[in-house]
Amino acid sequence: MAIRCFCFRRLLVADVLAVSPDEIDPDSLRRQLFNPRAGAYCGFEGWVRNLNDGHEVLRLEYEAYEPLAIKEGEKVLAEARAEYSLLQAHCVHRTGMLEIGDCAVWVGVSSAHRHEAFQACRYIIDALKVRLPIWKKEHYANGDSGWVNCERCTEHGQSTT
Amino acid sequence: MKTIRVRYFAMFRENAGIDEETLTIEVSTATDVFEATRGRHGSSEPVGHCKVAINDEMSDWQADISDGDTVLLFPPVAGG
Repeated sequence: MAIRCFCFRRLLVADVLAVSPDEIDPDSLRRQLFNPRAGAYCGFEGWVRNLNDGHEVLRLEYEAYEPLAIKEGEKVLAEARAEYSLLQAHCVHRTGMLEIGDCAVWVGVSSAHRHEAFQACRYIIDALKVRLPIWKKEHYANGDSGWVNCERCTEHGQSTT
Repeated sequence: MKTIRVRYFAMFRENAGIDEETLTIEVSTATDVFEATRGRHGSSEPVGHCKVAINDEMSDWQADISDGDTVLLFPPVAGG
């Protein structure tokens, strides 16, 4: 009985989209996706790197308009769920000042088979980057700083992650 | 004339030097609000590169603006 209750609870966990000033712990988040029906898990971590567009980057500062970032992010997760056979889909995006190597965004999905997991994970991170009201400011080694413009990155065929 | 509240975010807020303001202006669409406040948000971006929300709902630049609306102007986003 105890095992049956455990499984039932696990199957009902809702999809989660969170925006947080706290450090992301991918291992802990991944464990929340464990599901007795899941044969596949796919995760994505976006890390802060030290070089962008030829500029040496010291750290990144993320700003989000949380009410709409969550609302729009939940739409993205719902779209992924409608398109792929997912058991669960979670995402956490950081705000605040991040250092090189920090995890800025984490996406995790679980499904019965790997194909859906890979596809859904890719769909979610690609959509999050261009739809959520989240902005990042790069702080450079020369003391300057600048807001990153992903519209221009897209036009130039570059990726910021 | 419509009295609306305009909120600025990220680069737009820094350029404007304020988080928000109440304006009484002649506008029909969200695009009109963006153009009327270029002197504030300072964007040289095409409007299509930016996003807009009205009363905390993501919207589009052709959306009608009503008296009393809160218009949120978002510079090009860059999550991830």
